[in-house]
Amino acid sequence: MTSSINWFRFASPASFFPLAQRLAPWFAVSAALLAIVGIYLGFFVAPTDAQQGEAYRIIFIHVPAAWVSMFIYIVMAFWCAMSLTFNTRLAAMMAQALAPTGALFTFIALWTGALWGKPTWGTYWAWDARMTSELILLFLYFGYMALRNAIDDPRRADRASAVLALVGAINVPIIYFSVKWWNTLHQGASVSLTSAPTMARIMVAGMLVMAFAAWFYAIAVTLLRVQAIILERERATGWVGELAGAARGAK
Amino acid sequence: MSAGDFLAMGGYGFYVWGSYIVAVVAIAIEVAAVRARLSAARRIGSEETDR
Repeated sequence: MTSSINWFRFASPASFFPLAQRLAPWFAVSAALLAIVGIYLGFFVAPTDAQQGEAYRIIFIHVPAAWVSMFIYIVMAFWCAMSLTFNTRLAAMMAQALAPTGALFTFIALWTGALWGKPTWGTYWAWDARMTSELILLFLYFGYMALRNAIDDPRRADRASAVLALVGAINVPIIYFSVKWWNTLHQGASVSLTSAPTMARIMVAGMLVMAFAAWFYAIAVTLLRVQAIILERERATGWVGELAGAARGAK
Repeated sequence: MSAGDFLAMGGYGFYVWGSYIVAVVAIAIEVAAVRARLSAARRIGSEETDR
């Protein structure tokens, strides 16, 4: 197969590094601007909810964090599958770079969910299907990171943690469909791709803008972390030395 | 609506601000940690070349 663009060029850490360096600030600035718009919509434009009063405004952080926590896991599992299939270093590094941010958003989803549950359901926590599967997601991220750290050889750590991440991927559809499969405490989806939202348009808009802010933030911080991981893991190679030498020369 | 009303969030201030403040602090910690890790990785890279 011939192609005018060699996409595999960016599969090498050395050529991906400058790309990550160039892209990260754009995603960071976009995330900040989107967050400002989202907070403005959520707190100053969206009206008070008829049933939940002002407590519902937690939705603008809770739902985007929960979406992104699941989405990051899917992307991480994708890179793990790439790393196992093609044995490329960069794919494993991307998965490694995503895990802490996935854990962060899972934590935010659980924390804000607890603070929303207390005023609306009367409890911070219940062993509800969705909450429990989201908690398992947090443990999967922690388990992935712990397993990586426990294995000294990075290439063996790549393979072992990739297998763990892929097995754990079964949990993501469980979280997503939990509100349909089990009729426990957590409410069903207010927004779906197949039907009209059951909430006011402006509330949906605020939530979507915040979701994009969270997503772009995740991309920006992952691109920064993957740069650190590339430097840590490739430091014995010549190009890292040249890069560091150039950075020092520029000072 | 006054600033006091805004902060009170109709009596839900603890829950609403407790959510947002913890989220912002957690994100700030992550950003600081990643920046520290990246500058440490850059230092290691330049020390390797000095050898």
